Amino acid sequence: MASNPLSSILENSSGSREDLIPVLQKVQAVEGFISKESVGLISRRLKISENEIHGVATFYAQFRFTPPGEHHILVCMGTACHVKGGAQLVITLEHELDAKTGETTEDGKFDLDQVACLGCCALAPVVKIDDKIYSQMSVLKLRQVLDEYKEA
Amino acid sequence: MNTKKLDTRRRKAVKVWDAFENNKKPIIILGAATCGRAAGAMDTWKAVEKVVKKLKVDADIVEVGCIGPCYLEPLMDVKMPGKPRVSYSNISPEKVERILKGFFKEDEIPSRDVLGHFGDEEIDGIPKFWDHPMLKPQVRLVLRNCGIIEPTNIDHYLACDGYKALEYTLSHKPVEIMQLVLDSGIRGRGGAGFPTGLKWRFCQDAPGDEKYMICNADEGDPGAFMNRSLIEGDPHALLEGLIIAAYAIGASKAYIYIRAEYPLAIKRLEKAIEQASKLGLIGKNILGSGFDLGITIKQGAGAFVCGEETALLQSIEGMRGMPRSRPPFPAQKGLFGKPTTINNVETLGTIPNIVRNGAAWYSGYGTEKSKGTKTFSLAGRVRRTGLIEVPMGMSLREIIFEIGGGLFKPFKAVQTGGPSGGCLSEEFLDTPIDYDNLAKAGSIMGSGGLIILDDNTCIVDLAKYFLNFTQSESCGKCVPCRVGTRHLYEILDRITKGDADTDDFEKLESLGQAIKGSALCGLGQTAPNPVLTTLKYFRNEYLAHVKDKRCPAAVCRELVTYRIIPDQCTGCQSCVKVCPTGAITGPRSEPHNLDEELCIKCRACYEICRFDAIAGDAIVITSGAESAEATTN
Ligand SMILES: Cc1cc2nc3c(=O)[nH]c(=O)nc-3n(C[C@H](O)[C@H](O)[C@H](O)COP(=O)(O)O)c2cc1C
Ligand code: FES
Repeated sequence: MASNPLSSILENSSGSREDLIPVLQKVQAVEGFISKESVGLISRRLKISENEIHGVATFYAQFRFTPPGEHHILVCMGTACHVKGGAQLVITLEHELDAKTGETTEDGKFDLDQVACLGCCALAPVVKIDDKIYSQMSVLKLRQVLDEYKEA
Repeated sequence: MNTKKLDTRRRKAVKVWDAFENNKKPIIILGAATCGRAAGAMDTWKAVEKVVKKLKVDADIVEVGCIGPCYLEPLMDVKMPGKPRVSYSNISPEKVERILKGFFKEDEIPSRDVLGHFGDEEIDGIPKFWDHPMLKPQVRLVLRNCGIIEPTNIDHYLACDGYKALEYTLSHKPVEIMQLVLDSGIRGRGGAGFPTGLKWRFCQDAPGDEKYMICNADEGDPGAFMNRSLIEGDPHALLEGLIIAAYAIGASKAYIYIRAEYPLAIKRLEKAIEQASKLGLIGKNILGSGFDLGITIKQGAGAFVCGEETALLQSIEGMRGMPRSRPPFPAQKGLFGKPTTINNVETLGTIPNIVRNGAAWYSGYGTEKSKGTKTFSLAGRVRRTGLIEVPMGMSLREIIFEIGGGLFKPFKAVQTGGPSGGCLSEEFLDTPIDYDNLAKAGSIMGSGGLIILDDNTCIVDLAKYFLNFTQSESCGKCVPCRVGTRHLYEILDRITKGDADTDDFEKLESLGQAIKGSALCGLGQTAPNPVLTTLKYFRNEYLAHVKDKRCPAAVCRELVTYRIIPDQCTGCQSCVKVCPTGAITGPRSEPHNLDEELCIKCRACYEICRFDAIAGDAIVITSGAESAEATTN
């Protein structure tokens, strides 16, 4: 194996079953998603069948199996955000991006996803774009932020 | 490192802390936990750096965790030499220069935006920080360091009596520590409220040399953030509690299972583990006692059910997070089949305080059956949102109206316990909060999420929200949960669409009871609670949806319409500009027209009408019979 990031993740793992989820997390952190090829490599290293790996990975909401868009938008769907109008933010994003939750926009610029809670409930509703959390959002504020990303 | 060396190190730590408390040069302190950052603390930070440079002052900038009143973030504190620390609220970048100039150039304590000072003396025009109405009624035991110390600086923790409880622990027998915790009366803060000392005893008594200690930091309740805040503000408190617990039960390996949605908390923990390991507080032969402990962080992967203890074990082992029936309990057969104890972050974070101050001290707080203090996250439609800690037994009224400052609109309900809990109406406001009273009322304490609801919240919509959550988070292993919660959700969905009748209420009740009695794990067993409590306490609101096809809070999308009140509309065109579908039309200076067919109910027009438009209230969201009224008045 060459010294690409994927193989170093695999080499650094202890090779035990317990490592499966951490390895999947690291692979996704590097590659952006879990590809068929990486499942194959993980399967050989951890000696777990590809089917089994798929079974575990699909159980957890964190893992995705298609390449991500350029920017990752997460709308919080926690209770506080829901009560403060999170649903309207989803409607707005789906309309503005012409994509449904869980999809990537046609130009590959944005992924639209939901998250159970980001722990900023006191500042609800919140939306996370890449690593930045935007708090106390309104439909209009969200549209402004979105425009900044669209133009960038 | 042995205890002697730790003493030496502690003396150094005290000096570091003293340099922070009795500082020689100005210190600027920023609350930069996840909440602070979401409010813009990092932009404020950049502004502070710039202004400090511009004013040519030699000052330190220090990051602390969240001190509680999140609604006032970003918080910026300034500590001048020989003066108390002064806190400022809602400090956006453009406010930084004015405040720092006041301190550095005009030699005064600016009073604009001031929240309070931390000193004991009276300062003219500057209130005391801890006198703030949100803070005054609180008792901060587990949160004692949050927002006060630098979480990434182990010396701060050491100087504030950190790891003293561990020293005490290691010089006593495990069974003595277990007894101490048992005597304190502390019950698990993760939700179920099981006595922690008893849980430890079961594991201690279980045969086997290999045991595991696990910290549950999954914080799955969507709408709660107590655990995140504690970890980000005082990570060593959790580590110390975890090490003590491991010693008490006889484990040499510990795990912290933390949700991946908390990247900053994970970073704080990683750093804290590294620091504690360097000082020999984790690892082989801790403080020369012969006790070994390794701590591993495991990140959750976005599954609510993994907060349930048996599912959590599966997840650590690298499997799908499927709960299993108990017994056997984890204390007998836990991680990798070995005896295991699982405790919540707040439970463990409290342990060092109990060990240091004694069982009697701790049980002096709280009620007869619920000892100590509890942290709550206050969110929803309350004025002051944030993290609080109060003695068990305080009434919901005190929490919501005194600490939380009440609501902007009339109070409707408080949701406790998240997806496993319920909504309590006004009649419960004077109930002293503890495990038993909340259970009696049909809700649960849960982990400490309190979501306050007002007239603008639809109770049926909220019940539907929770059932949607639980049905999609159900692991699918048992039928009552997999099929039952789905069914409950579908009925609620029909109600919110005005497509149900009163027979459906009975279906909800009987199905809900059936699921409660037959589901495999806590997720299913408690999932009907949000429906059952709301049906009981807010039946009229359900009736309005079913009988009048009306949503009194004007929330349920299928039942509401957006309308323009012609008399109020000045024709300023603000809404025309923001409408994404072209549903609103009309020339300038004439009342506009809203085409319901094109309207996607996104709320943009409603918002702009309130903030930007000349008239203000010309757009209304109404439901059923009200709609006609609103348009004609
Ligand atoms: C569906 C479900 C989710 C749970 N989520 C959490 C959680 O996120 N954090 C937590 O500490 N406990 C959670 N619990 C409770 C745990 O199973 C367990 O009782 C707790 O971690 C024990 O710690 P304690 O005794 O210190 O409270 C959950 C339980 C259920 C049934
Ligand atoms: S509910 Fe949205 S951040 Fe917690």
